Amino acid sequence: MSNLYDVIIIGGGPAGLSAAYSAYQNGAQKILVIERDRELGGILQQCIHNGFGLHHFKEELTGPGYAHRCIELIKDKPEIETLIDTMVLDILEDKTVIVVSPERGLLELKGKTVILAMGCRERTRGAIRIPGERPAGVFTAGAAQRMVNMEGYLPGKKIVILGSGDIGLIMARRMSLEGCQVKAVLEICPFSNGLTRNIVQCLEDYEIPLYLSHTIVKIHGQERVTGVTVAKVDAKMQVIPGTEFEIECDTVLLSVGLIPENELSKNLSLAMHPLTSGPIVNQKRETSSSGVYAAGNVVHVHDLVDFVSEEAEIAGKFAALEAQGLKENDKRQVKVIPQDGIRTCVPQQLSLGGAAESFKLFMRVGSPETKVKLEITSGEHLLLSKMMAVAKPSEMIAVELSSEKASMIDNDVIVSLKREV
Amino acid sequence: MGYLRESDVVVIGGGIIGTAILRELSKYDLKSVLVEKEPDLATGTTKANSAILHAGFDAPAGSLKAITNVRGNALYHILENQLDLDIKWTGSLVVATDEEELATLTELLERGQKNGVKDLAILSPEEVLKKEPNLTQKVTGALWAPSAGICWPFQAAVAFAQCAVQNGAEVLTNCRVEKITVSDGRVQEVVTNQGVIKTKYIINAAGVYADEIAKLAGDSSFTINPRKGEYILFDKTATATMVEGVVFPTPSKKGKGVLVCTTTHGNTFIGPSAEDIEEKDDAGVTVNGMEKIITLARKLVPSIPLGAAITEFSGLRAVSDTGDFIIREAQVKGLIHAAGMQSPGLTAAPAVAEEVVEIIRNSDLRTVLKANFKSVLPRKIIFERLSRQKQAELIAQDKKYGRVICRCETVTEAEIVNAIQESCGARTVDGVKRRTRAGMGRCQGGFCGPRVTQILARELDIPITEVLKERKDSHLFYEKFSGKEGEL
Amino acid sequence: MVAKERNLTCIVCPRGCSLKATVDDGVVINVSGNLCPRGKRYAAEEITAPKRQLTSTVRIENGSLALLPVVSSASLPKDSILACAEFLRSVEVKAPIAEGQVICSNILNLGVDIIASRSMEAMLEKN
Repeated sequence: MSNLYDVIIIGGGPAGLSAAYSAYQNGAQKILVIERDRELGGILQQCIHNGFGLHHFKEELTGPGYAHRCIELIKDKPEIETLIDTMVLDILEDKTVIVVSPERGLLELKGKTVILAMGCRERTRGAIRIPGERPAGVFTAGAAQRMVNMEGYLPGKKIVILGSGDIGLIMARRMSLEGCQVKAVLEICPFSNGLTRNIVQCLEDYEIPLYLSHTIVKIHGQERVTGVTVAKVDAKMQVIPGTEFEIECDTVLLSVGLIPENELSKNLSLAMHPLTSGPIVNQKRETSSSGVYAAGNVVHVHDLVDFVSEEAEIAGKFAALEAQGLKENDKRQVKVIPQDGIRTCVPQQLSLGGAAESFKLFMRVGSPETKVKLEITSGEHLLLSKMMAVAKPSEMIAVELSSEKASMIDNDVIVSLKREV
Repeated sequence: MGYLRESDVVVIGGGIIGTAILRELSKYDLKSVLVEKEPDLATGTTKANSAILHAGFDAPAGSLKAITNVRGNALYHILENQLDLDIKWTGSLVVATDEEELATLTELLERGQKNGVKDLAILSPEEVLKKEPNLTQKVTGALWAPSAGICWPFQAAVAFAQCAVQNGAEVLTNCRVEKITVSDGRVQEVVTNQGVIKTKYIINAAGVYADEIAKLAGDSSFTINPRKGEYILFDKTATATMVEGVVFPTPSKKGKGVLVCTTTHGNTFIGPSAEDIEEKDDAGVTVNGMEKIITLARKLVPSIPLGAAITEFSGLRAVSDTGDFIIREAQVKGLIHAAGMQSPGLTAAPAVAEEVVEIIRNSDLRTVLKANFKSVLPRKIIFERLSRQKQAELIAQDKKYGRVICRCETVTEAEIVNAIQESCGARTVDGVKRRTRAGMGRCQGGFCGPRVTQILARELDIPITEVLKERKDSHLFYEKFSGKEGEL
Repeated sequence: MVAKERNLTCIVCPRGCSLKATVDDGVVINVSGNLCPRGKRYAAEEITAPKRQLTSTVRIENGSLALLPVVSSASLPKDSILACAEFLRSVEVKAPIAEGQVICSNILNLGVDIIASRSMEAMLEKN
């Protein structure tokens, strides 16, 4: 077996699988997907709820259902190999990937190109500095989700959830369905960080109170959590004295944000973006290191897996083309600069040269807005102007620029929100 | 009624002091038993402190603190290799930021020289910033102590205990002392929740509870007041080069102050705060405590990246009302205190152990040095640190070395199994963490916690619902299908 | 009787349109704010007979995992969701299972099947 691959993909979740299929469709002959878990599918396998795939597969699927479709696409293709239960220890500058697994031991593999698709991880109690004791019963929502949905254990019976991100909301419903009592969901921001429909079907359906502008100021309990002290916060997220109250519970689930899993990206010294916490990529999902691509939650955290697949297909395509020597020479790079209410935008760079192709921009706003105009300009050219009734930080905005518009780009691209006067 | 054990010496407390004493005792032909109330060793002050091996310039000349600090520091230089300890001899800096503080440095230098600390020097601001470029530009000088270092305190405590066990001593965990029987002015028995241990000597190394143990024998000669110290630990990828070693502010009357310090594994931490508290089990972190240490640490290193914090914790120092360590036999014969072990207790531990055993050697108990004391522990396998070739060989022998369980710290399943199966092995998820670092990284066990729980259940042959995080009753998971387990 | 307005959030897709439903005598006479026809249907149903999809897990014997994720083949009455979830806690199946296989037909006589949302192979070795 030769250890030289056209494309080595690190991560066998939706990003990795979609990238692999796209690389295959675009002519790559030897593709490898490396997954550290015991099966492919990534975090989708524990997301047993539905709501996935409406864009990408045009039907509503559960997480495992979405994973299954991705797996089916790459199955039985001689061009695509997969390694499960395999951990990448290091990626070297020359795209040598060192992996370890119980069955095969240490392997050194070489990719003409590499696609980073490691996904993201959850922020922890430590990252947000919740005061109090350190008893058992404090879990990240995702860790609890895995235990409940895949291993068959409950993290507790009386639950308080900190953070109203989608995982927190989904877990509120999940724990309710398992016969647990979800006492409250607390959100430090004055708005929820989850999809509105999840507020409805995960909280309102089960009469679970959502406390906006509230946080945990103390966790109680020596052995196991016995309760939390909760308080209201002001506009600067500072606790308002005198607003404290206690909630009795045995479990605290944290849904306080996701962070791209970029330890390997750092080994490669990739240029990183401080706000997305992922590598800086261009519209082909190429990073600052030649031949290294990145896609999915490793680049920026998504709320819809459909967009993850879409981005990964771009990475898979261009990695495959590069591996076949079909990479277009980029003449110059321009920046995509988010402004006025737009917090982040991916890709952060555009490489110009060759025929202009249509591409999409994926962006997030910094705070909730209503009746705003999204404007995209480059130099003198107005590339896009779009009215938006609402824009929420929790919902990624995706817009497409046609090849015609793309051909007009001659300077840095400015993406901004204009409030209607 | 039979005795649980009949021993020469019972050591109460499985922290760094108790385990160091047990090891020292195991050099002699004595029957020694250590009792620890928690499921694992090193779960009190030993697990939450600054991990510094102090040079020894702080304590007043002639004090027990000064003597055992300097001696202890020297002993760690020997123990490091014998017990395969992770120690970095980084040296320490006490940083002055004005003229007044600079004057204090001279006092510290002179005191240190009196205490026998070698190679102390006062550095110019340029020299300081060359060593630690991220320090405040306001630095006016620093006291440099090259003999200081940092260690991994719970690893040291477990290694002390393992060394003692390989020389015939015994460790009983989940063993809480309830009573001490005294008659004819002499201790006779230690009554525990597991049974009664008949003994000739009792060594009180119970940390913040040492005064309560003394009271069980009718000794109220001292009190221990817990003083809370809070810490914030940062991700190593973000702070690997934040500081190279141990950076203290110039001390005030209140103590050594909030420091910025590296760890044996390349993280940076800040802390501790210093707050006298009432409850001996109140190890919670507080908003005020964290704000205080952040403010103070930023005076030393302005660029501390708060976003890279991975955990906060606090520990309780065992502060005695005598101001110094208490190492002496009590009025009650047979009871020896090793109490009031606040800083530099960790550094002093092996020297404190020598002092304690010296008291026993001068007693009526016959103490014969063993001819075959085994001072060296078998080397531990740390997969991440091995060459690729060595890693490949290990996996060929045992596939479990090929499965990485903790992704942040690259800890393999085999290392976790070893940590559970070895002597004084891990019995809890936090115990695995302290021995292997699984769960100690940036995701704080988010990925590996449930897997470590499953491995513990498998290796200990207990249900997952019985696996503990740390203390008794700190269960992690509940059965989802209650009452149905039997049907499968 | 005066027509009443009710504000709803459509949960049919992640877009989550804010709907305004005008209800007269329990009947939805007008819906606005929806970006697609599904929103109109959702509002009418949500006000007269709300329904939800159910996803949960059942135990699986000899599977590669301990649990099999399942989903309802159609929406169930909202007020029977908890009873269905509880019923599923007593169901156990045997690997192998194929995606879409019926795990529990006509759950609680509601006319809806519970089906496997993924395939699961049987364990080869072990035990």
